[in-house]
Amino acid sequence: MKLPAIRADFSAISDWVSSHSSLLDLGCGDGDFLEYIRQQKNVKTYGVEISDLSVLACVKKGLDVIQQDLESGLALFEDQSFDMVVLSQTLQTIHETETILREIVRVGKESIISFPNFGHWSHRIDILTGRMPVSKSLPFDWYNTPNVRVLTIADFEALANNIGLHIIDRVVLHDGKKVTFAANLFGSLAIYRVKSAEL
Amino acid sequence: MSSLNTQSLTIEFQEPIILKSGAQIAPYSLEVQTYGVLNIQKSNAVLICHALNASHHVAGHDPDSGKLGWWDNMIGPGKPLDTNHFFVIGVNNLGSCFGSTGPMSINPNTQQPYGSSFPLVTVEDWVNTQARLADHFGIQKFAAVMGGSLGGMQALAWGIQYPDRVDHCIVIASAANLSAQNIAFNEIARNAIMSDPDFHEGNYYAQGVTPRSGLRVARMIGHITYLSNDDMAEKFGRELKRNPDAPKEYNFNFDTEFEVESYLRYQGDKFADYFDANTYLLITRALDYFDPAKNDSGNLSKALAVVKSKFLVISFTTDWRFAPERSREIVKALLDNKSSVTYAEIDAPHGHDAFLLDDERYHSLIRAYFSNMKLDN
Repeated sequence: MKLPAIRADFSAISDWVSSHSSLLDLGCGDGDFLEYIRQQKNVKTYGVEISDLSVLACVKKGLDVIQQDLESGLALFEDQSFDMVVLSQTLQTIHETETILREIVRVGKESIISFPNFGHWSHRIDILTGRMPVSKSLPFDWYNTPNVRVLTIADFEALANNIGLHIIDRVVLHDGKKVTFAANLFGSLAIYRVKSAEL
Repeated sequence: MSSLNTQSLTIEFQEPIILKSGAQIAPYSLEVQTYGVLNIQKSNAVLICHALNASHHVAGHDPDSGKLGWWDNMIGPGKPLDTNHFFVIGVNNLGSCFGSTGPMSINPNTQQPYGSSFPLVTVEDWVNTQARLADHFGIQKFAAVMGGSLGGMQALAWGIQYPDRVDHCIVIASAANLSAQNIAFNEIARNAIMSDPDFHEGNYYAQGVTPRSGLRVARMIGHITYLSNDDMAEKFGRELKRNPDAPKEYNFNFDTEFEVESYLRYQGDKFADYFDANTYLLITRALDYFDPAKNDSGNLSKALAVVKSKFLVISFTTDWRFAPERSREIVKALLDNKSSVTYAEIDAPHGHDAFLLDDERYHSLIRAYFSNMKLDN
């Protein structure tokens, strides 16, 4: 089966998803990941998305989607009601960072969080030369980016520790390949598997 | 095929229907209009449930009055609910006043109009009569049951009462029960009707009168609640009802001074011309009584545990009569049961009435939803 234009994190995320489980994709966009994971695994899925056009795109794909702003939390979802909650390359677009992270591990027995790593060496060089980075993982200019929070791998791990997120596993990618050495310098995309430290 | 292929039917039922109140009615008949063609597998049928003042005439021009169906922008050839693919049934509910058995009908036992003796009907009762209607057409399972407002309550009730007989429930601008504020509005409307001297305890037919002024007030109060504040401000503002060349000064009397008054009076008059007061009482009471979670101590998730249908729930941001949070309660209960549900919150300025109006995002969504529907054999 040909799966064109799969985002690099899809297959890494998919490895952590069990069959016959329930999965909630927060900020699911046009439903590309949900469509992908449903081809890979037998999972009961829902997406959450704010954009009208993306909700429509999901409906066109026959996906269950809930139109909602993630900034206002996840009141529609009960504690530990999903086997897996996914926040794929969406964290950096949310203002209420702490709220959403706490909400994710409240709702999900496990959660997967991926984000572009601002700490990649090419971004550091851009900053040193005096310009905001524009790259494959951060493809926007400063004036039109949907990203409202820029963070590095080290930043995320510090916050996770502070707010009671237990990191179960981590994969760091660059150009779709795993980065095992100096991840914060050589990785452009970080993917974490987490759960609440209290549970 | 591109014609609407309208068929108007009166379907008679001899077997008594036992109502939730314990009362029963027999015989009774339902007015029905169908559009499109039922396929051989009978898997493409969609039932449209109406709200307070609508009828079985859902789409197309009425051959007698020339009036357009109340959801004509939604249903027809090439429309979001495409009658080239689906067989659509519009039904006038029991107790309504557009031809189905109701308070205006003759009670066979007394040879007089039922009037106030017509038993109270509930949303659940309507759904039961609609299931018999499905039997009449030989439809084992609807592809979808769809409605807005009170019609959405029926679609929700279908999912609970007949989980194996409906594949998709489409619940628009609705709620799992009325709020106290909503019941209060209904009570004002009923009070207006019942305190009209022409009401005669509901038996006004024999007197040759109708409680017009009560009905007018009922409609006016209802109408205000169907619009948003912004919508009214934009439509009418504080404009005075004057000829274009007349001075824009107050007349210091109680005639129609403001445009908004003129509009409400017009709506009230129009409504009093075509709607039956007893039906208004009955249907508002059916709205008040609807509460599927009542037997589960208000736990809607428990009440919806039986659901097998997939749900599409839609609300409109400026609808304060059936506000988005009321739709979210339904969505949450479905999610608690891991039932299939899609929820869209349409940012539209027109209040509750938005569900009847053209809105590209709303209609595109319904169109996409129906296009994706897999029809069971």
